[in-house]
Amino acid sequence: MTAISPTEQAATRATSIVAAEAQARARLRKRHALVIGLRLAILVVFLGLWELCADYNIIDPFFFSSPSGIWEQIWSWVTEGTSQGPLWLQIYVTLEETFLGFAIGAVGGIVAGIILGRNKLLADVFSIYIKIANSVPRVVLGSVFIIALGLGMASKVALAVVMVFFVVFANAFQGVREADRAMIANAQILGASPMQITRSVIIPSAMSWILASLHVSFGFALVGAVVGEFLGAKQGMGLLISTAQGAFNANGVFAAMIILAVMALVVEFLITRFENYVVKWRPAPFNEQGT
Amino acid sequence: MQSQTMAAEKLSPAAPPADAAIAIDDVTLRFVTPDGHMMTAIRDFTMTVARGEFACVVGPTGCGKSTTLNLVTGLLRPTTGGVRVMGNPVTDISRDIGFVFQADALFPWRSVIDNVAAGPLFRGTPKAQAYEKARDWIGRVGLSRFEKHYPHQLSGGMRKRVALAQTFINQPKILLMDEPFSALDMQTRTAMQDELLGLWSGLKSSVVFVTHDLEEAVALADKVYVLTAGPGTVKSVYRIDLPRPRVMADIRYDPKFIEIAKVIWNDLREEVQLGQSRGLQTGH
Ligand SMILES: Nc1ncnc2c1ncn2[C@@H]1O[C@H](COP(=O)(O)OP(=O)(O)O)[C@@H](O)[C@H]1O
Ligand SMILES: [Mg+2]
Repeated sequence: MTAISPTEQAATRATSIVAAEAQARARLRKRHALVIGLRLAILVVFLGLWELCADYNIIDPFFFSSPSGIWEQIWSWVTEGTSQGPLWLQIYVTLEETFLGFAIGAVGGIVAGIILGRNKLLADVFSIYIKIANSVPRVVLGSVFIIALGLGMASKVALAVVMVFFVVFANAFQGVREADRAMIANAQILGASPMQITRSVIIPSAMSWILASLHVSFGFALVGAVVGEFLGAKQGMGLLISTAQGAFNANGVFAAMIILAVMALVVEFLITRFENYVVKWRPAPFNEQGT
Repeated sequence: MQSQTMAAEKLSPAAPPADAAIAIDDVTLRFVTPDGHMMTAIRDFTMTVARGEFACVVGPTGCGKSTTLNLVTGLLRPTTGGVRVMGNPVTDISRDIGFVFQADALFPWRSVIDNVAAGPLFRGTPKAQAYEKARDWIGRVGLSRFEKHYPHQLSGGMRKRVALAQTFINQPKILLMDEPFSALDMQTRTAMQDELLGLWSGLKSSVVFVTHDLEEAVALADKVYVLTAGPGTVKSVYRIDLPRPRVMADIRYDPKFIEIAKVIWNDLREEVQLGQSRGLQTGH
């Protein structure tokens, strides 16, 4: 047996590592810039083609609008207000209904999911009713709520609540059921009471399931609020769409749609921030590591 | 075959004495399977662990080793027979018990220090005191630099150290371990075995250590229980009179150790073969 002595000098190795790291970082930056650039290019091409097709009447702007028409519509809403009052008020009303419905539905879904997930008997008894309730097409309930609760905010909030509740409930329930049995036994033997197990094992392990459902269900809450307004309201983005539709104003429909999309994206971003804050213990997924 | 040695004395099973730390007295346990049949996991099982004794249980997969441990924790109840811990019949999960699991049972959303402090916090120790204790135990398993890390940021061996600290911080009089090191590589496992013996000699708890690795059992134990293929019962019991303190890296080459391991392996071999052929039949 002969030992092999290291021939490479430590110093040169260190400098070559530094150089390689700098190279790798530069490559990453370039790639990032490329992705952003391509995204922008696609957007520009898409909007440009739309505008051109509308200008040359390849598609009829009366039905399919055009980017410039949509922009003019949004601008006039911002500067002159809508037929129902200022645009900000419409956004505010819809957001208020959405958030209220989202909050009530999510809290209710989480609580119900945890209680039924922790209690086998309750779960067995109630599962059938939840299945039935879940299979009712929820948008139809909007009409019921308008009849029962009137044209005000309550009917929209109620529709948003039912849109959100079942999604969050199903995920919370599943998350509780998936909680690792060894982990629960560990907590039990370490001395945790049933309440402490729920708080420090069940809820954290269901958290990623719950957060995943919050992403989807915020969109559902928005749909609930808008559909509710669409069916009958005095204020809100849904009413704006339905008014525009009544006047065959395609620009108005598209403009309202884009405003709603931006609202959804902003909230989605906030939820992601919240999620990253709450589950900071989670390892980064592979595709995000190293960027 | 007269290979009985001084070091591995075969004991005759006897009814457990009253002052034993753990006494499993003629226990049979049947599970009701989901399709409504009865399935015997262990039968006529008798086992005694004296105070401060380190007992290892070896047997083929599925013979009821984990079931035995769960009887001691109280998470399972015997169908017939009795289980006593520190002289008292097992009714609820005892505060005297610590359990190290085979799988990772750390809380992934808690940092190392929060994981180790969990036991005292659950048991109502004031926060400052619990964390002070946790810091002490993290130091004892050599992880002081990693207090703030989350489990996923640690290696398998480090996570096992955290699990040991998490269990030992409650200073359990009874320590149950279910194949705790089976997922570790050879070097890490040897290091963890030394770590365990070190911690145990400071605490003097009574240990039941389940493993399917006979050499691990002989290296660690005062007493080795060999179980039959399922439904499990005690096939034979050996007292291991190797001197302590033992060094895990060296003990494997000790001629006495090799001799003992051979004797017990003769006993265990047919059960393992039986267990495997049955496993193939039932598709486990
Ligand atoms: N909760 C349970 N319900 C039904 N059968 C079980 C349950 N737990 C274990 N068993 C069965 O009991 C036997 C012993 O299991 P276990 O104690 O886990 O074996 P080991 O730990 O020795 O591998 C196995 O055949 C297993 O399938
Ligand atoms: Mg097992």
